[in-house]
Amino acid sequence: MHFLIHFINALFNPVTYFFTSVIGFGAMIRYREKWTEPPFALRILIGVLAVLGLSMFNDHFREISTKSDNVPIFLMVFSVGFFTWLSFRQAVVNDRRLSQGQPPVEKETSDKKVYVWPDLVYIEFISTIVAGVALMVWSLALHAPLEQAATPAWTPNPSKAPWYFLGLQEMLVYYDPWLAGVVFPSLIIVGLMAIPYIDKNPKGSGYYTFNERKLAIIPFLFGFLILWVTLIFLGTFLRGPGWNFFGPYEEWDPHKVVVLNNINLSEYFWVKLLGMGITNLNPVVRELPGFALLGFYFIGLPPLLTKKSKFLMGLLERLGVARYAVLIFLGLSMAALPIKMVLRWAFNLKYIVSIPEVFFNI
Amino acid sequence: MFEGLKKKIEEMRAHRPSPEAVKNAIAEGQIWKSIFRHGYPDTPRNRIMAVLSNVFLHLHPVKARHSGVKMSYTWCMGGLSFFLFLNLTVTGVLLMFYYRPTAEYAYYDIVALREAVPLGIMRELHRWGAHAMVITVWLHMFRVFMTGSYKPPREFNWVIGVVLLVLTLLLSFTGYLLPWDQLAMWAITVGTNMARATPFLGYEGPGASMLQVGGVKLVTGGSDIHFALLGGHFVSEATLLRFYVLHCVFIPLVAATLMAVHFWRVRKDGGISGPL
Ligand code: HEM
Repeated sequence: MHFLIHFINALFNPVTYFFTSVIGFGAMIRYREKWTEPPFALRILIGVLAVLGLSMFNDHFREISTKSDNVPIFLMVFSVGFFTWLSFRQAVVNDRRLSQGQPPVEKETSDKKVYVWPDLVYIEFISTIVAGVALMVWSLALHAPLEQAATPAWTPNPSKAPWYFLGLQEMLVYYDPWLAGVVFPSLIIVGLMAIPYIDKNPKGSGYYTFNERKLAIIPFLFGFLILWVTLIFLGTFLRGPGWNFFGPYEEWDPHKVVVLNNINLSEYFWVKLLGMGITNLNPVVRELPGFALLGFYFIGLPPLLTKKSKFLMGLLERLGVARYAVLIFLGLSMAALPIKMVLRWAFNLKYIVSIPEVFFNI
Repeated sequence: MFEGLKKKIEEMRAHRPSPEAVKNAIAEGQIWKSIFRHGYPDTPRNRIMAVLSNVFLHLHPVKARHSGVKMSYTWCMGGLSFFLFLNLTVTGVLLMFYYRPTAEYAYYDIVALREAVPLGIMRELHRWGAHAMVITVWLHMFRVFMTGSYKPPREFNWVIGVVLLVLTLLLSFTGYLLPWDQLAMWAITVGTNMARATPFLGYEGPGASMLQVGGVKLVTGGSDIHFALLGGHFVSEATLLRFYVLHCVFIPLVAATLMAVHFWRVRKDGGISGPL
């Protein structure tokens, strides 16, 4: 038993966690026909509940997961799971029909109009009551958390943002606050707003489908499920004191020390590659390799890839230059997070560009 | 002795009105008619009137696409978000009866809400309702995305939705500070620290040191966006007041206004989406 617990803890680290979730995401897309079958989905649910139930025997896990402010995260994870299933289920059913030349299920009832009173009003009425009762039961069962009175004299460790921002806090491991806390959140908001103006595919409006909208659904869900929801889960359950990573059943030891010897790109280039010193270099010169890399990533790479790839060329033709450019910029920005993660894990890369004098670190 | 009364009751029994007649008597009576201006909504005409003559219901169309009112389609998540918003408004007002946003009282008012106020679950209803609303808004966005309901002509309503999403998170975030306990203070400290690093506007942000006039820095620790947000260098009583006002007055007003626009646009864009 002890051995098993240690083994599971040892399996968990940011690298395995991230790659497992990405592989899981790929499998989810690939095998959607299979897991959306209700009996199969039920088995997954039972499996998850069993693991969760067994985990509750672990004191540490129980302590973290029954913290009253963490309870909503279970609600979030399970409801996101359920509704991912529900939407994929309906999409798979519709895709089957579409491939046989039939209209989507929604079409069967979409031409019929019903009176809002009573057909919609009663659904609203019942939902209101059910939601109200559920909220009341939840409120009776679980006290809102209240810790000691606020004092600037003592900083709790770990200090965590509210749970819905933990994905952003996790990003702080890889990017400085100006990016993780300001630029990326702004890009998320702008990117979300841009979706309807970039996605020119006229199909798949008003019904569930996957096949007709792969290009839109896969990146959106990657962002939502992998870069948002799973990182919140990680931030809640697997990040402890000092924002160090802990296994799910590992005690949060405040004295855990993780050796960090991360290296900037400039050092890789000037010192390791060219054997020069960098202390006397002008910062702009020092960071030229990083600027060159970033310039290539955002400006050089897109045309190159577009020329090489038939698929991207087709996309460019369909969208027009402006939409395509915005799409590529947003896509590259989104990919910047996983890319930096991998660079950190593989090369201990700290900053691609680092001019700490003006807080310009990337 | 009670013969007379007994007889009377017997008589009434014999002439017992049918439920139908009671209903009609109510629905045709002066009181009902003064409130609803139409009969009981069990005929097409009265159903139409029920929606049209009620200021709340008339956010709806009179008739809707059958596929659009199904729970499997909308998951009811937009509606639940709105319901939770209403719940938060009501419980929030009740909390405001007791809560004073000062460093001296805030925490102890919250303690009193738990210890001394009868049926003290208002704070729970408010807090769990807020968490739930964050979740339902995400799920609503998720369903709108998965049904492709942001496609023309609904692009702009999606944009309004994104603003509502941001406002929902900001409401939740500003409210997180108000209990004024360690959890609150440090979560807000972690969150607002980011503002210091805002490019150009935060004093630890890239580009801020470029904003100088005659060698005098414009963006300093005492004049940057972080300071403006907190009303000081740290999360302090000034921050508490600012967040309280934002949380209880400003953001809810903006959100409620945008919700009205959002609902209006759902109708104007042709009702809940459906296949062509
Ligand atoms: C406070 C937050 C919000 C509230 C109360 C709200 C409420 C609603 C309601 C009641 C509907 C009617 C259909 C339904 O229930 O699904 C609706 C539709 C819609 N919402 Fe929201 N919403 C909110 C946030 C959002 C967000 C975050 C988005 C997207 C980013 C969004 C985009 C839309 C769109 C495009 C429609 C039309 C859908 C269709 O026609 O099928 N809304 N909203």
